[in-house]
Amino acid sequence: MATSNAARTGEAPLVRAVNVMKSFHGNQVLKGIDMDVHRGEVVCLLGPSGSGKTTFLRCINQLETIDGGRIWVDGELMGYDDRGGTLYRLNNKRIAAQRRDIGMCFQRFNLFPHKTVLENVMEAPIQVKGENKAEVEKRALDLLAKVGLADKPSAYPGQLSGGQQQRVAIARALCMQPKLMLFDEPTSALDPELVGEVLTTMRELAETGMTMIVVTHEMAFARDVADRVVFMDGGVVVEQGHPKDVINNPQHPRTQTFLRRMATEQHQPIPEVLPVVDGTAADIL
Amino acid sequence: MTASTESLDRPGVIHARPVRHPGRWLGVAIIAIIVAMLISSLVTNPLWDFGYTFQIMQQKSVIEGLWLGTLLGTVGSMLIGVVLGVILAIMRLSDNPVLRGAAFVYIWFFRSMPRYVLLAVLATGVGYLYNQLDVGVPFGKQLSGAVGLSSDLTFFSFRWDDFSSTVWIGILALGLSEAAYMAEIARAGILSVDKGQAEAAQALGMSSGLAMRRVILPQAMRVIVPPTGNETIAMVKDTSLFIAANIITELFYQTTLFGSRSFKIIPGLMAATLWYLIVCSVLMVGQSYLEKYFGRGYGAVPKKTQQKIMKIEADH
Repeated sequence: MATSNAARTGEAPLVRAVNVMKSFHGNQVLKGIDMDVHRGEVVCLLGPSGSGKTTFLRCINQLETIDGGRIWVDGELMGYDDRGGTLYRLNNKRIAAQRRDIGMCFQRFNLFPHKTVLENVMEAPIQVKGENKAEVEKRALDLLAKVGLADKPSAYPGQLSGGQQQRVAIARALCMQPKLMLFDEPTSALDPELVGEVLTTMRELAETGMTMIVVTHEMAFARDVADRVVFMDGGVVVEQGHPKDVINNPQHPRTQTFLRRMATEQHQPIPEVLPVVDGTAADIL
Repeated sequence: MTASTESLDRPGVIHARPVRHPGRWLGVAIIAIIVAMLISSLVTNPLWDFGYTFQIMQQKSVIEGLWLGTLLGTVGSMLIGVVLGVILAIMRLSDNPVLRGAAFVYIWFFRSMPRYVLLAVLATGVGYLYNQLDVGVPFGKQLSGAVGLSSDLTFFSFRWDDFSSTVWIGILALGLSEAAYMAEIARAGILSVDKGQAEAAQALGMSSGLAMRRVILPQAMRVIVPPTGNETIAMVKDTSLFIAANIITELFYQTTLFGSRSFKIIPGLMAATLWYLIVCSVLMVGQSYLEKYFGRGYGAVPKKTQQKIMKIEADH
């Protein structure tokens, strides 16, 4: 089923990242990432924690500002205006506009707790794009049905399980009709028995031809759904290719070590310690 | 057969003697004595004169003072305080160092300034400095004189004295003071919202302003509302400081006026006390409703939502 979305080579990539660099307080997390993601392609980013895969994902929709290199999404340079070789930083409004076509799902769902499920899904198309409320509502209810939550439009996020919340988050992102979906460890914060329902939703989304970049530790998902897996370690791309090649027959020793460890961990699941999100909303606004 | 023998051997329902609370009875006794003393005073001392108290409470000038002084003053100054306070809080959390600094200085100044003194300064001090306020281009008169313009570049002007002892100056003074406190309350509220909320809003393409208005502030309200309720109740009582600005259309001044004119001081004071008790009780009820509204999505499902869910389920 994965091959149905295989990249059409020769077409301009939807995402082109060239030599992307990022440091946090002098600690270089991304050391020159090059990556092309084609339309309809599903790419899984694998790698140990601290390898920079989440940071790279966040750089694509500018939740992090890159220090070096360039990222283009659909031909548009992210975050800067290139006027004759000189880069001018875009203002917040234009950066916000660039993010409209990129959907993102977070490890901790980040649904708006003061709004109902339906309001969560309808919020951005109405407030950001100024779309007609009735149309958005129809689309939102449609999407909720697709993610299997047709009966929950009036529930508040706090009344849902983690798996249900993540599926609402997927519907919320899709309601903006994005060209690209980013998933940042969408199942890492879930109880094991809830992982499956979210992965099923993502698999169905992949089958519709959505371009997806997924940071995940779910090897089975990567093997079955991805068109390509990219293995990152220490801020560089170590190895990439067809999932069956990379996962079943890794060439690089670091990939081999990582996959061996993942295999033992997934037989004896070790509860993952979530990174503490420090700071608050005000820090980034 | 085994069941009946077991019920003999195995411990059954517990009928234990409750713990004794001698302290509670002692407390009841002490409180009863104090209440009895109070009642005895109220009944035996004719100087309480509750008949006159109720009369004062219903006087036209007292009611007018309550509405146009105390209540209008509270609502007006809290409006200024909340709006300006939220703006100051956003300024203090801004990336712009100039805005941050300006908000800090504002908060520092108005938190240090006693409200009584502030009222006096705004009511009489400003009028002393500038009898007439002209709003226009800075140095407009000098400039137009130098280049020979007929206009002196003043857009409008008004006499400060015209409103220096009206409730508006009281609202302005208490509102400016309140904004400094509200800024700290709002800042705490904004900081209490998880960082992921802003990221989710940004990832959906919202600008900072939209994210603040639609996502961050509504959630911050849950933390902001309870202390704001306290501030409002405190403000009701602080309007009794209006006399510092020579504002006499105000509850406390009006009731004590009756008391002192008739040499019945306690009925005058009690009339004010009873009105303050009534107003604050109503506000406390209102506050609990507000808390429920802004706490939606966090606790039990509100009735309205339950009805909405049932309706949608019926539609399906």
